[in-house]
Amino acid sequence: MLNRTRPRAVLAGLALLPATLVACGDDGASDETTTAVVETYAEGVYTSYVATLDSATAMDAAIDAFVADPTDSTLAAAKDAWIAARDIYGPTEAFRFYGGPIDDEETGPEGLINAWPLDEAYIDYVEGDATAGIVNDAETYPEITADLLVSLNEDGGEANISTGWHAIEFLLWGQDLSLDGPGERPVSDFTTADNADRRAAYLAVASDLLLVHLGDLVDAWAPDADNYRADFVALESDEALRHIITGIGELSRGELAGERMNVAYAERSQEDEHSCFSDNTVADIVGNAQGIANVVTGSYEGSSGTGLADLVAEVDEDLADRLVAEVEASVDTVAAIPSPFDQHLVDGVSDDDPGRVAIVAGMDALELQTETIVEVAEALGVTISIT
Amino acid sequence: MTVPPRVRRLSTALSPVLLAVGFGAWWFSASRAEPPPSALGGETTRFEASRNSFGLAAPTLTNTERRTFEVGDSFFTQNWVTAPASTDARDGLGPTMNARACSSCHVLDGRGLPPDLDDEGAELGLLLRLSIPGADPETGAPLPDPAYGGQLQDASINGVGAEGAIGVSYESIAGTYGDGTPYELAAPTYTVDDLAFGEAHPDLLVGPRLAPAVFGVGLLEEIPEADLLALADPDDADGDGISGRANRVWSATLGEMTIGRFGWKANTATVRDQVADAFFGDIGITSSLHPVQNCPGVQVACAEAIDGGDPELTDSRLGSVTFYNRTLAVPGARVDGGGDDDLADQILDGFGLFDDFGCSSCHAPTFTTGDSDIAALADQTIHPYTDLLLHDMGEGLADGRPDHLATGSEWRTPPLWGLGLIDDVNAGRFLLHDGRARTIEEAILWHGGEAETSREAFRLADAGDRAALVAFLEAL
Repeated sequence: MLNRTRPRAVLAGLALLPATLVACGDDGASDETTTAVVETYAEGVYTSYVATLDSATAMDAAIDAFVADPTDSTLAAAKDAWIAARDIYGPTEAFRFYGGPIDDEETGPEGLINAWPLDEAYIDYVEGDATAGIVNDAETYPEITADLLVSLNEDGGEANISTGWHAIEFLLWGQDLSLDGPGERPVSDFTTADNADRRAAYLAVASDLLLVHLGDLVDAWAPDADNYRADFVALESDEALRHIITGIGELSRGELAGERMNVAYAERSQEDEHSCFSDNTVADIVGNAQGIANVVTGSYEGSSGTGLADLVAEVDEDLADRLVAEVEASVDTVAAIPSPFDQHLVDGVSDDDPGRVAIVAGMDALELQTETIVEVAEALGVTISIT
Repeated sequence: MTVPPRVRRLSTALSPVLLAVGFGAWWFSASRAEPPPSALGGETTRFEASRNSFGLAAPTLTNTERRTFEVGDSFFTQNWVTAPASTDARDGLGPTMNARACSSCHVLDGRGLPPDLDDEGAELGLLLRLSIPGADPETGAPLPDPAYGGQLQDASINGVGAEGAIGVSYESIAGTYGDGTPYELAAPTYTVDDLAFGEAHPDLLVGPRLAPAVFGVGLLEEIPEADLLALADPDDADGDGISGRANRVWSATLGEMTIGRFGWKANTATVRDQVADAFFGDIGITSSLHPVQNCPGVQVACAEAIDGGDPELTDSRLGSVTFYNRTLAVPGARVDGGGDDDLADQILDGFGLFDDFGCSSCHAPTFTTGDSDIAALADQTIHPYTDLLLHDMGEGLADGRPDHLATGSEWRTPPLWGLGLIDDVNAGRFLLHDGRARTIEEAILWHGGEAETSREAFRLADAGDRAALVAFLEAL
């Protein structure tokens, strides 16, 4: 169970084991603090998405400027803006895995925002197929519009691969064909090359769509509205905590330590990393780890308040201290992985190489903190369900 | 506080007070029937009922095994992409296919949904097997259509084109329970539409297949063959109207003919064979078991498309995905009614009726697994509610498409574990081999052939007994 989910907006509790019948209050954690944690979380999700939307809006402006006047310097500015926005998005992945607005079964845009791996040849030319992709198929797709990309994503009922962060990344950087640097798509792809105008249109449309989808998330978590947030803060406190802890627990081990780090580490496929075109993968990983720490400490991009650790401290102060220490250590440990990540995946690099050692240290730290997150759920009398 | 009629074991652990009450109730309940088992997958069982219930790792895996599980999870879950791609471990999609990922149809490791007639283009979860009369003389496998192969691929990568489209229409069939309560069944008719390479074979046989949930297959694989064969009664020697026989199929993994355990007609021997077959048939991914792209002779654009390596899925990754499928946890049964004592009583009654109606003759409740290369799967007492054998289910369910020893009206008894959770995991529960049954009741009412006596026992039972049986099944 990973991020290709079609989760559902089931807020009502399912048939749970008797363990969940124990309310938080019975364990010594106060209702006031629980409410404060849930409120802080809801506000933190909101301000985090607002910050993401702001930075993505800046990226969109940079992309528009590049498309209007494609030069080395406008391309560089667009890339910088992508990285800046992407780094703010990273921590928001802690808000997934419980069927909230980001990955709701019916309406969740996760697959449109962050689908991976990217089907490059579905979009544009690739090494080995010079005429591949929608960009180069004017006959089938005469006009590249938002409606077209959305409809292609709905085609066949499964989350497709033609929009989101990595589609934009691919169009800005191009394939990463070098051993030690990111992709080097030439500016001429947007000026003199075949279908340059269609490529530019694709880039602009993909960027516009990202803003739309991020805007939906902002709306879902906005205060004082009839939206998901209103339902979320009205949940039984156990249920809200269950969502919050499930999100960080699943991200911590199954998604981050497992899918994003161990699979790449074990498979040694050089581009089997999340931001393979820009070589921004280590920053992605740090962003995810930071997102977990944010929920624990109650300190988000743009807001702060009562964190999960504050609630845990009312039950078991040592456990709370350990939780904070471990999530902060994880951020430091993954930040110490030398960039670019893909250099550690090359065949022949020894497992004793500092890069590979650092990846394993990161996985170990994340797995350790996951055990503690499970312990925290138990201490709070909440049943979570993580892979 | 009055003593509840029955207190479940788990709740006794909650507090000393409950423990004392529980003891009294345990003494009381000891004189009653045993409740149905809850640890359906033995020590691989997990009890967290949620939308993730089918996608959890067995709790008994070692740390090293867990990391293999995660690699398999990744290749099961993430999309495959068109070759060539930067993510070269994951390219080679198609050229023709039904889906981009295992998880497209086995959503959250669960069950597929049949085509939604109101939502064009959402064909994920159901596919059509194709064959022509006859069988491979060596393996007994069905013969493929010369132009369309053994399965209709209704999608493709850009520039190739799908083989065709799945057509389905439903006809309503009215019936009544013994007490006069009416019911309606939806009887589907399938067609292959928009064929890209001209007419199919005039005697084309079409078999619809819905993607099943995948957990528990590792345990089923470890049931000793002799224990399954002991339940077989191919000539109905005991005269109970239920024959049951094992399918015999070629296993590319084992390199021999052996008992079939997986697939709606038990046409696949091992989980590894099943995984490789599905990668090949459903996603268009080659492996050492299927090294040549799935492009019948007339499909020129398919044959000319760029592939994603030779093979596209390495043996190591095939092994990881196989490991993942084998070691998914089995979700525990919620037989205690979740604190509702009336429901618990109803479940207990339903468990008895499951036996009384003869359901358990084929949906065999209990096995013990043998040895395994994965320690977590060895020597486990499991409750899958299947005998993995073929049974004639009557004309109503027949697809008329033989598969190895299975006739056109024979189907493998499907396991029932997790039945009550499908709706929570997969946003809808459509049962039987093609999802035609919209409720558990409908699934039972479709039973015919060898299961006719059991079906009639259910149909003619009073509403209370019918509800009790369903309550038991919902608790699985």
